[in-house]
Amino acid sequence: MLVLRLTDATYVAIVAHTLDELPLEACGLVAAVPGTDKVERVYRCRNVAQSSRLYEVDPLDHLKADRDAEARGIEIVGVYHSHTHTQAYPSPTDVSQAPDPSWHYVVISLKDPEPVLRSYRIVDGSITEEPVELVER
Amino acid sequence: MAIEVEVRLPTVLRQHAGGQATVMANGETVGAIFEDLLRQFPLLKGQLLGDDGSIHKFINVYKNDDDVRYLDKLDTPVGADDVISILPAVAGG
Repeated sequence: MLVLRLTDATYVAIVAHTLDELPLEACGLVAAVPGTDKVERVYRCRNVAQSSRLYEVDPLDHLKADRDAEARGIEIVGVYHSHTHTQAYPSPTDVSQAPDPSWHYVVISLKDPEPVLRSYRIVDGSITEEPVELVER
Repeated sequence: MAIEVEVRLPTVLRQHAGGQATVMANGETVGAIFEDLLRQFPLLKGQLLGDDGSIHKFINVYKNDDDVRYLDKLDTPVGADDVISILPAVAGG
């Protein structure tokens, strides 16, 4: 079953990052123990695009996150980014550039006063929403 | 004598390389290593290089800690002690 599990700490880390970056889009990577869907670590990354409409994960931040995750016995399993003006649904750009069908694609909408976080899988251009479960540590 | 270099592949490309996370390839530049990878793993065709023959825009390639786009791209020289890492370029809107 498709699912993304977040603890209170990882949920807050993601949402706080997206708020910190306003008015720009924020982006980062999430890591889990291989074979699980529970995020153990959140990696804030720089948005090279420095835009409120686009994001590009800084390649060196990605490399550092990948190495740190490997050293901890976890692996990068997805990416999050914010939509500052639109709903929490992957844009056509998100779909066309989605690199990995096994990844979780987390989108946080900051359009309304209350942030909205949703997670998707993107396989061959087709989008499937998955539930986000808040779990205990 | 040929130089053999460790190349680390991202999850999404491992399926095209027999499921391996790390492979060895011969070459003295990133471009030569890519040619050897394509010889060994023909399924990687279209994944490493774009239509114009340059590094595919959907991947980032690193020599140790450096993005080779800011070195000499495919002409970046590589030695036996270097590690080449490939990661997906992660972007969207």
